[in-house]
Amino acid sequence: MERDDTLLQVTDLHTSFATGRGTVRAVDGVSLTLAAGRTLGIVGESGSGKTVLARSIMGLLPKRGATRTGSIRFEGQEIGELSPKDLRDFWGRQMAMIFQDPMTSLNPVMKIGKQITEAIHEHLEVDRSHAREMAVALLRSVRIPEPERRMKEYPHQLSGGMRQRVCIAVALACGPALLFADEPTTALDVTVQAQVLELIAQQQRERHMATIMITHDLGVVAGRADEIAVMYAGRIVERAPTAVLFSELRMPYTQALLSSIPRLDQPSHARLSTIPGRPPNLITPPPGCRFAPRCAFAQDRCRTEEPPLVAGDAPGHEYRCWFPVDPPSRRPATGTPVGAPNGGEA
Amino acid sequence: MPGPGEGTEATTSDLSRFAEDTLSPGLAVGQGQLYMTAVMSETGRRRRLGVGAWIAIGWLVLIVILAVLAQLGALPLKDPNRSYAMCARLGPFAKEGTAPGHLLGCDTNGRDMLARLLYGAWASLLVSIGAVIVGFVFGGVLGMLAGYFGGKVDTVLTAVFNVFLSIPAVILALALVAFLQGSAGETGGSSGADPKIILILALGIVSIPLLGRITRASALTWSEREFVLSAKAQGAKPLRIMVREVLPNVLPAMLSIALLGVAVAMVAEGTLSILGVGVKPPTPSWGNIIGSQRSSLQESPHIIFEPALLIFFTVLSLNFLGDVVRARLDVRESSV
Amino acid sequence: MAGTGTAHLRPEGDALLRVEHLVVEFPAGHGRKVQAVSDVSLDLVEGETLGIVGESGCGKSTTGRAIMQLPRPKAGAVVFEGTNLTKLKGEALRAQRPRLQMIFQDPISSLNPRRDVRSIVREGLDIWKIGTPDEREAKVAAALDDVGIDPANADRRPHEFSGGQCQRISIARAVITDPKVIICDEPVSALDVSVQAQILNLLDEMKDRYGLTMIFIAHDLAVVKNVSDRVMVMYLGKVCEVAPPDTLYARPAHPYTAALLAAIPVPDPAQRPDPTTVLAGEIPSPLDPPSGCRFRTRCPKATERCAAEEPEIREVSPGQFVACHFPLAPGETITFGPTRTDLPQI
Repeated sequence: MERDDTLLQVTDLHTSFATGRGTVRAVDGVSLTLAAGRTLGIVGESGSGKTVLARSIMGLLPKRGATRTGSIRFEGQEIGELSPKDLRDFWGRQMAMIFQDPMTSLNPVMKIGKQITEAIHEHLEVDRSHAREMAVALLRSVRIPEPERRMKEYPHQLSGGMRQRVCIAVALACGPALLFADEPTTALDVTVQAQVLELIAQQQRERHMATIMITHDLGVVAGRADEIAVMYAGRIVERAPTAVLFSELRMPYTQALLSSIPRLDQPSHARLSTIPGRPPNLITPPPGCRFAPRCAFAQDRCRTEEPPLVAGDAPGHEYRCWFPVDPPSRRPATGTPVGAPNGGEA
Repeated sequence: MPGPGEGTEATTSDLSRFAEDTLSPGLAVGQGQLYMTAVMSETGRRRRLGVGAWIAIGWLVLIVILAVLAQLGALPLKDPNRSYAMCARLGPFAKEGTAPGHLLGCDTNGRDMLARLLYGAWASLLVSIGAVIVGFVFGGVLGMLAGYFGGKVDTVLTAVFNVFLSIPAVILALALVAFLQGSAGETGGSSGADPKIILILALGIVSIPLLGRITRASALTWSEREFVLSAKAQGAKPLRIMVREVLPNVLPAMLSIALLGVAVAMVAEGTLSILGVGVKPPTPSWGNIIGSQRSSLQESPHIIFEPALLIFFTVLSLNFLGDVVRARLDVRESSV
Repeated sequence: MAGTGTAHLRPEGDALLRVEHLVVEFPAGHGRKVQAVSDVSLDLVEGETLGIVGESGCGKSTTGRAIMQLPRPKAGAVVFEGTNLTKLKGEALRAQRPRLQMIFQDPISSLNPRRDVRSIVREGLDIWKIGTPDEREAKVAAALDDVGIDPANADRRPHEFSGGQCQRISIARAVITDPKVIICDEPVSALDVSVQAQILNLLDEMKDRYGLTMIFIAHDLAVVKNVSDRVMVMYLGKVCEVAPPDTLYARPAHPYTAALLAAIPVPDPAQRPDPTTVLAGEIPSPLDPPSGCRFRTRCPKATERCAAEEPEIREVSPGQFVACHFPLAPGETITFGPTRTDLPQI
């Protein structure tokens, strides 16, 4: 994907936080590239550092206690070199973000209309009535019925799905080139989730906007992302174009994530495969492969030596594993659940 | 909130998100604040008390010990009610020859200020702490009932609280003192009940709606939590749920308000003394020293300033400690 | 939908728990009442798991709580082991409580932060003074062990555990009094997919080990399908469809069931999400529910009849019951457009 229309290029990003218990290395050496108009899915359990990654890219880290190193270039501009004022201008016009909980990201005591026009005024030189028209048009474009009436309502008067639509409208107000969606549908019903995901996809097509979709559910990004990066303990452990990832996955963690999702085509009472234990704490991550303590295929080497990100067979496919599993495409059609480890390749 | 116009202050809420992502595996739905409080309480518990807190505690302990010792007669103090006529209006730290041993000077009647202040501490502390205990117990029980049961119980109790809160506290206290003195006089003969008891009751009743409201609000939110529902589902009786499930969570808020309440009651006792219905002279209290000697502010300001400073430092310490208690106990939210 | 009727109930003698014509009302301010559950009937045979699915606001959680008599239903019967709980008062009802237990969605909110795990789990035994202190301790340790929590950690407070572990502790607390029925109210909705799989497996295990009968409430049909023997789909306080999960998945008869199925994200990039299967619109206000079938305002198959006449639950294939005038034929697909506005909105 190293093309001319590269929108975002992140190189060797590290973000850490000083806490009472020690330094948390939440993002530990992440590089990624995103082209204009494309969708990148970042998938991982909570504790994998995916939210911190997004916040680091946006420059939304706390002033105190957080350290960021590495390069983030957005349309060739190094984010770290922007002054706070430039950065403020940058948000909204270039990058915007929607969050998991729409209620906490909207101001509860401000009318919907005002929240959107404020966002417009912040970045664009337009008069009041024009901003209002733009706000109504935005609400209409995110499929909110009766936008004029909704403009006068407060967030608590809307349902969860409607609130998330308002958040999307606010995020889109100044036509950002990149939208971060941080678990945008986790708090919503499945039916509303489908509506919101469809809305994001449609807005993305219409605006030629790139999207980074952060989720713990591979199902959410399977049909919608162009590329997927799987994060574990602050690192990208596998990355590939979406179709390749699902057919060629080599990292046991990706496989475990995928097979822990209950599927409609499984018979009921099917035992789900699980990942034992919990993600490591990022103050003292385990030596060697960070997934080794929970990995069914871990061997001695995994516990001492950290595997590098190596290229897979398909273009754009990279993974981080000493003993990668057989990809689904090379497995006999029947035995899906567990892939046996290969010999010591990589 | 989405990009524009926001984000310059990446503070607590942001921190909480990071904490959520990095320290609390396993939960998909955001409970950011809770995670952050987990982190904060973790560090909070390890952190030692600040210097300020130790000074506040030290001051309060000192005052209490001195008050108790003075009351027991264990301190080499002069008689607080004896007049040293020669020494009237004597300033503090006066030269030995004229006023042997009057470290803090004497009041208009020539009584030793140090002795009066330390004896007075007893009355002041007794009244203010006693009043808050009355308010704590009754306000706590009523507030708990209102918050836990809700519905009509809540409506009635809240209405009563509001009625009492709508009357200015000093006027209410005055009225209560008058009323209680009257009824005590009827039953208890000419001498009447100890005026300190009457003050404790009056100020206690005034503080009931205050503590009641705080307790109610806190009990209401905790009673909606699912662990309370779970206790109901297991067949626990209301009293058990209130005591075992709700009370431990409400107590920190009550305690911090109660500490502030002691300070307020101490000032209120002083106010009532100035109005002439406080602790009855000649028994000293910090309040009635100020109240009875207020006309001498011009010529002998030390008589007013000494008790005022004691009240000031004590109230400040209580306020500070109340904040510390709240900060240390309140963040102890459960967090996954 | 909006179905009433009891056609899906099995013979009275077979049921461990039988709920008939359940109605739950809440005050909605200004003297108005809102019916969260309107005439719902269901039954549970010993040892089975009944899944209840629907969007937020469909009354599924309220149904679960009304069965527990928390709060008491406005009307209807809840017959548990031959006793009608709605007729019991005070001590008689309290005596039944340990037999029916509940697990909640929010693992944080469901554990008292100021008590240690041991006393939280032991509470049921303490309330009913079951066994000597030593026996209680042993029972607590056994229950914790069964749910995969090391009893050595029982002195810790809930905040020292992860979300999944807290949910395990909730399960231990629920089984400590040897209940017959456990009502699980969205027990995995707040968890990561990997943890969700662990809890779903655990619930299935606990069901066998403790001989439990379960009601499993969730908004995700894939999750419900995994644990259930029978699934009930609810919408706006009414029953839509009741069927075995495999039947429901293979040939949904109610248009709403089809919409719920279509909304589940599939972890397979080959299955691109189809915008036409996204159910449009929002669940109507229960203060002013649509006449006739309550789903008609969002249903592409709705006709005048659906507005005029409420459908009764009837059997469309063996074991499959549906409350719809025009159920889907096996294999029939359905597409959802924007909300229908051409129908009488009464």
